[in-house]
Amino acid sequence: MRLRTRTIIMATVIAASVIVAACSTSSDGRTITLVTHDSFAVSRADLRSFERAHDVDVKILRAGDGGVALNQVILTKGAPIGDVMFGVDNTFLTRATEAEVFVPYESPELANVAEQYRLDPTFALTPIDTGDVCVNFDRAGLADAGVDAPSSLEDLTKPAYRAMLVVENPAASSPGLAFLLATIAEFGDDWPDYWQRLVDNDLTVTDGWEQAYFSEFSGGGTDGTRPLVVSYASSPPVAVLDVEPIPPAAPTAAVLTTCFRQIEFAGVLAGTDHPRLARDLIDWMLGQEFQEGLATEMFVYPVRTGVAIPEVFERLAPLPEDPFELSPAEIGEGRREWISEWTDIVLR
Amino acid sequence: MSPPDDAGQRRGRRRSRGRSAAWLIAAAIPLTFLGVFFAYPVITILGRGLWIDGGLDLAPIGEVFTDPGLRHILWFTLVQATASTALTLVVGLGGAYLFARVDFPGHRLIHAAITVPFVLPTVVVGSAFLALLGGRGPLAFAGLSGTLGAILIAHVFFNYAVVVRTVGGFWAHLDPRREEAARVLGAGRIRTFLFVTVPALRPAIAAATAIVFLFTFTSFGIILVLGGPQTQTIETEIYRQTAVLLDLRTAAALTITQLVAVVALLGLTGLAGGRRSRALDLRAAATTRTKPRSPAGRAFLVANLVVMGALLGAPLALLVQRSFATPGGASFGFYRALGDLGADSTFIVAPVEAIRYSLEFAVATTVIALVVGGLASVVIVSRERHGNRLARALDGALALPLGVSAVTVGFGFLVALDSPPLDLRTSWWIVPIAHSLIAVPFVIRTMTPVLRAIDPRLRDAAAVLGASPARAWREIDLRIGARAAGIAAGFAFAISLGEFGASAFIVRPDRPTLPVVIFRLLGRPGPTPFGAAMAASVILMVLTITAVVVIERFRVPGAGEF
Repeated sequence: MRLRTRTIIMATVIAASVIVAACSTSSDGRTITLVTHDSFAVSRADLRSFERAHDVDVKILRAGDGGVALNQVILTKGAPIGDVMFGVDNTFLTRATEAEVFVPYESPELANVAEQYRLDPTFALTPIDTGDVCVNFDRAGLADAGVDAPSSLEDLTKPAYRAMLVVENPAASSPGLAFLLATIAEFGDDWPDYWQRLVDNDLTVTDGWEQAYFSEFSGGGTDGTRPLVVSYASSPPVAVLDVEPIPPAAPTAAVLTTCFRQIEFAGVLAGTDHPRLARDLIDWMLGQEFQEGLATEMFVYPVRTGVAIPEVFERLAPLPEDPFELSPAEIGEGRREWISEWTDIVLR
Repeated sequence: MSPPDDAGQRRGRRRSRGRSAAWLIAAAIPLTFLGVFFAYPVITILGRGLWIDGGLDLAPIGEVFTDPGLRHILWFTLVQATASTALTLVVGLGGAYLFARVDFPGHRLIHAAITVPFVLPTVVVGSAFLALLGGRGPLAFAGLSGTLGAILIAHVFFNYAVVVRTVGGFWAHLDPRREEAARVLGAGRIRTFLFVTVPALRPAIAAATAIVFLFTFTSFGIILVLGGPQTQTIETEIYRQTAVLLDLRTAAALTITQLVAVVALLGLTGLAGGRRSRALDLRAAATTRTKPRSPAGRAFLVANLVVMGALLGAPLALLVQRSFATPGGASFGFYRALGDLGADSTFIVAPVEAIRYSLEFAVATTVIALVVGGLASVVIVSRERHGNRLARALDGALALPLGVSAVTVGFGFLVALDSPPLDLRTSWWIVPIAHSLIAVPFVIRTMTPVLRAIDPRLRDAAAVLGASPARAWREIDLRIGARAAGIAAGFAFAISLGEFGASAFIVRPDRPTLPVVIFRLLGRPGPTPFGAAMAASVILMVLTITAVVVIERFRVPGAGEF
């Protein structure tokens, strides 16, 4: 009995001290909260330099993927969960601006941003980075099958590429949606017919990017058997980033004629208690240091002009010259209908 | 014997009034917990969808049953959950018997190890199953990839421990002499099992069935990863409507449908559990286990170990193998990478940090779940002994969070807990609270069968020997309950380590636990992040086994007291 009482007391003491330790780590200084998606990353040194310069703690809140995070921000309108949100992309731009959850801010740093990225004339959202979703191919896989890389969306429906392509469900995945938008931009009203031909050519669909890339794509891991996958233009260099030494050519590459351009934005959340700090944070994200880190931290490209891109990205992930684009307004209007039509064609 | 004097009667009445006040307080804590952290958030988010222009709009609920797409989803959800539960019970009962009755080497370690599948992130397990069943896997010939079969096998993998631990934990304490008596009187093995053992185990089996059904009914990750996009359940559809499309109206209708199904199920298993106030002779677990003597007994042991090895061991072994399979041959490279990847970036944190965050949440969850669930168990068992029907309602109500969409609860937190003193949306506490909602029903379902089975004659004996009711309760119920609490704590801890339930859908401060680190690593292409994710999974496995073994040790002193 004595032994047990002592163990219980000990356990309680340990439990209590862990909880106290867990709660007492927050400092009592100023805090600003950045709401973002799961893929957000920044170098610790860069973040610290902002915190030091403004005498503030930056708290990072992650809330699922970009679309889910935005929906959470919209649901908490009036009692915001943070001061700034980063990670609204051009496919969600109109949903964000129509919900009026951001307050306009015209950053002086915007002067350094090319016109093509400045999609929001109301300045509720500020462009921060850009990237492309493209079909990727596995060099060895295609060589084994004795075919060259496809050179257009149309090629993917040819018998030579039968049973080779893996795409993500646009209802559940952001690259999946981007690829659907690319086909809509290319084929206009005929896009359902194109997808029917993809289905007839034995298309594989997964719900998430992870399953597509790691489990189905032959170039992503050891399990997959299909040499074509919808992924990012930056995936080929990222896949060899941790390989020493970095090989001159990556085992995979992107088909640059199949790309859809994504642009990610940040905005000051309406109802913030720290409007000034929130604006500073936006300026910081457009600053030289943060923009330089985008490629290695989040595998996206800077929108700021004159920012150098690491050599490996320059070499292995050239930016597509003429990616497919649709205006945020078109996307906002069509998205729901397109996804449900796509579901009928591809999944039923 | 002289009649009691007036003063004595008054004292008695005062004492009984004091006692009912104590019961009220004991019941109020779990009820408040459920009300504030479950009912209030869920009702608020449902209201956002259905309360339109000052009126309740129930039309969407009708649409769930008339829309052919949604009807199909409803049907498929029921079918896969029922089939998964039945299969898990069949496989799990064999294991439960083994751990309860058979003495074999490695008993304790294997018993802890079977909880590992329970805590692993579904996306990791999904990838292991895809690797085994998919195009290049050793089991590709079975053609299970992307089928209902793959989902069922994965569900058994995850829920095996639920059956083994809930039923086995109870079985271990049943007096084997009842069965021996049946055998002596001429009943065969099967007859004895069906007519002696099963009736005695009924409450535990009913409890396990309910939990497994609720888990598979609301299964999310497994359906997404293994079912493929053609496969949809109510849970994945609620996620799509809420998180992706922001269509709270349809989501609310689906959540209500889900709730109705869950309440019906809980009612059914409640009935199946029978009048559960029956007392049983409980024995110390160690005394009921024997070494297998007959060839049949040994064959059964081997068969079960083979099932465990194949079903649970193969996917886990694959993860371990992959965590060492660096491009240059077997090495600790991926484990080192785990430290390097988070060194300069906020992308992930070092494994030590992630383990610390995981443990902090798990300790808090265990404390909350044991307090809330322990009080609830005591109230349920004691009230039901007095014939109070509300006891069963409390039992069912606290199980509801298992059966309600994690997305609904997570988004409910977001819209409901938004003003002081409950502005917990971005607080550290929201995570252990979300975990506790899932852990509490486990605590209750592990503790109540044991508390129920305490022979009232023990208490009568104590009273005769002069113990006050409080003392009798302390010496009998509390002591026996404390041991059930050991298993319950193991569950609660594991649930938190595995980041169950709504915590996947709440915004959370940047304290990435191991599952969160794994999830983030799997978001990046390349062999290193993938390998590092496997390494983190292996660390999570080891952590789980260690934690469960350590926690279960708490109940060892005095285990011979039954």
